[in-house]
Amino acid sequence: MTVVIDRTKPTPPPPGEGSGPVSAAAKARAKGFTLGLYKPRTPIYPKLVHGQWRRIKWVLLILMLAIYYLTPWIRWERPGVLPDQAVLVDFAGGRFYFFGIQLWPQEVYFITGLLVISALGLFLVTAMFGRLWCGYACPQTVWTDLFIYVERAFEGDRNARMKLDASPWSFNKAWRKIGKHAVWLGIGFGTGGAWIFYFHDAPNLLADFWVGQAPATAYIFCALLTVTTYAFAGHMREQVCTYLCPWPRIQGAMLDQHSLQVTYLRDRGETRGPHKKGQPWEGRGDCIDCNACVVACPAGIDIRDGSQLECINCGLCIDACDEIMEKIDRPKGLIAYDTDAAVAAREAGRPPIYRLLRPRTAYYAVALSLVSALMIWGLTHRSALDVHVLRDRNPMFVRLHDGAIRDGYTLKIANRGFEARDVQVTFTGPPGAKLRTPGAKAAGDTLSVRVEANEVRAVRVFVTVPAAAIDAPNMPAAFAVRAGDEVKTVETNFLSGAANAP
Amino acid sequence: MSNRETDEHSGVETTGHEWDGIRELDNPLPRWWLYIFYGSIVIAVIYWVLMPSWPGINSYAKGVLGQSDRVDVARQLEALNQQRGAEGAMLRTASLETIEADPKLQAYALAVGQSVFGDNCATCHGVGGTGFKGYPNLRDDVWLWGGSLEEIQHTLQVGVRSDNPNTRQSQMPAFGRDQILQPAQVDDLTEFVVALSSRSANVAAIKRAAPVYVAQCSACHGPQGKGDIKQGAPDLTDAEWLYGAERADIRNQIWTGQGGVMPTWEGRLSPETIKALAVYIHANAGGQ
Repeated sequence: MTVVIDRTKPTPPPPGEGSGPVSAAAKARAKGFTLGLYKPRTPIYPKLVHGQWRRIKWVLLILMLAIYYLTPWIRWERPGVLPDQAVLVDFAGGRFYFFGIQLWPQEVYFITGLLVISALGLFLVTAMFGRLWCGYACPQTVWTDLFIYVERAFEGDRNARMKLDASPWSFNKAWRKIGKHAVWLGIGFGTGGAWIFYFHDAPNLLADFWVGQAPATAYIFCALLTVTTYAFAGHMREQVCTYLCPWPRIQGAMLDQHSLQVTYLRDRGETRGPHKKGQPWEGRGDCIDCNACVVACPAGIDIRDGSQLECINCGLCIDACDEIMEKIDRPKGLIAYDTDAAVAAREAGRPPIYRLLRPRTAYYAVALSLVSALMIWGLTHRSALDVHVLRDRNPMFVRLHDGAIRDGYTLKIANRGFEARDVQVTFTGPPGAKLRTPGAKAAGDTLSVRVEANEVRAVRVFVTVPAAAIDAPNMPAAFAVRAGDEVKTVETNFLSGAANAP
Repeated sequence: MSNRETDEHSGVETTGHEWDGIRELDNPLPRWWLYIFYGSIVIAVIYWVLMPSWPGINSYAKGVLGQSDRVDVARQLEALNQQRGAEGAMLRTASLETIEADPKLQAYALAVGQSVFGDNCATCHGVGGTGFKGYPNLRDDVWLWGGSLEEIQHTLQVGVRSDNPNTRQSQMPAFGRDQILQPAQVDDLTEFVVALSSRSANVAAIKRAAPVYVAQCSACHGPQGKGDIKQGAPDLTDAEWLYGAERADIRNQIWTGQGGVMPTWEGRLSPETIKALAVYIHANAGGQ
């Protein structure tokens, strides 16, 4: 019989419907979520507000962008061939320059300390004032604000934008959309372009960049940041905060009911409801349910639902509400920086208590002070001289014709300062030891070596000990390296192989 | 015999071939596969034109681009020389003393020397340069042919007992094997040499050997046994013994007169590489 294996037809379903494993996505579809597990993004059209917090945000936006764009262009005179850029992460040279400080890769703990200080500072500020960082200083917030400003310039405010998006394609829609995206990409390019100046000498890089002479990493990172800026600030916006950023998930651990944050004053606002002019305010809350706070929110939430993960505490709803309160002639501050405890106290008819000093804030403050003090101590007591001694391991020692023993060492003398230094190397150990370095005319008790600024010099040092002074196969020894008043002593040993002597 | 027929199950023609009762459906090739296949053919033809491909009798088709791995290697070597920059150029022109005294040049020469030493010298002299029996220790202060920078450079250039016409040449006679001396005389001479290096030896034998030493050995090794660097004759009074310090070793050396060969490196290593190597060896020997 002929058996034909035919793969041209789809495999028939296995007997017994639904007997196999079912994916979570399939289950979700079965329940009616047509797009599976993923919630589609609801477009948010934040409305422009005017007021105190909006003004503060504009000022901070300009300040943050100025810091970001201008920092690499600050010049800082350094001696010799050292770069004259105040802030420079010099990967090629393995140095980090920050005004009068230069850090070497070995001193990366200063960077660690800086990160610890940043984290503790963030904890402290969050515990006291909520998500100030998220609302005002985070690059995601700053750039998104800038991108929304551009969007508004091309497409108008909330209502105009919604109408434009709903309208069919036309010349009017096309040029507004194209213009917006072009400017967005331009800002993205500017962002990536500024980033790379932190890693190379800015004026030279700027000149090289346009003629294709800049390093490949400059182009790659410029392109990368162009794309991420355009995507994050233009398209993803609040989704970055809600889904990508770990901080909203962590901040719940920093906040408590005494943390000041953007709060809807339930006690004053409820019971909410529409209000007609001339109606009495007695027996009802001040919230007229106008949704001004909701349409102003760049995260697309309703602050009246209370503190929530999506809220970046930007304060725009405060301004939005204040505008309305002014119009309806009610006191401002229905939405304000306040604490959950105060709201609860007023609801219960008690006077609110504000407690900035709590065990939590005290811990953070103490930890922050300690780490900062440690960092300052470390930076001020940082030595510009560093010495490492590497013993020769092959051969470990050499016996000379007269029975004297010579050991070889490589001294790595680092000069982390900005000036060249003359250092003196001395040796303590078996008596009668003489030092010699290749190129020197004769052996002596002290070696003089010049170490150029910002360099590590490897110095070969040969120590010869006369036969009479050798009494053990392994004798303790030390090198002392002196530069001015500074002395660095490094312990090592002198191997003589005395046990093997004939 | 081909026997095409239509498979009743799928309605597809078979190729007509049958293996153990299994017939193959003549389905068309997947289109994506076919296009890649055609594309490969086109690329292959382009490759013939551009790149060296067809062998000839005496030569081969060079291809329009004139690509050649040899040319590439030459270009890479040139780029390497460019990259070596100031230090590499200085190695050619500067004197050995200058190279050793200048911190930057010294570091460069030591790095070059270390790598070249590992490739060419370590086989005999050891990775640490301390040598083996019969292969001199390059780390101590005992030098058969001189331990100055110039002498080391010269030894590297011409070698010892090598095929270089200017080679350093010395020959220890095989006093025993070639029957220049009687075995008893060799025994006595052994005692004499042991005594030279301040070790206790048979006094009667030393007395018997003294005239033999003067007649046979002192021309090269000197009346005091201090050796002669000009002739490459080792110092017999120190603690260093190329072929071993024991009586048996010394007797064996007098008997057979061994002499190792150090190749000439002229022509095999570039002059600047030899310079770097000389500085490396000299520096690591403590800089005599």
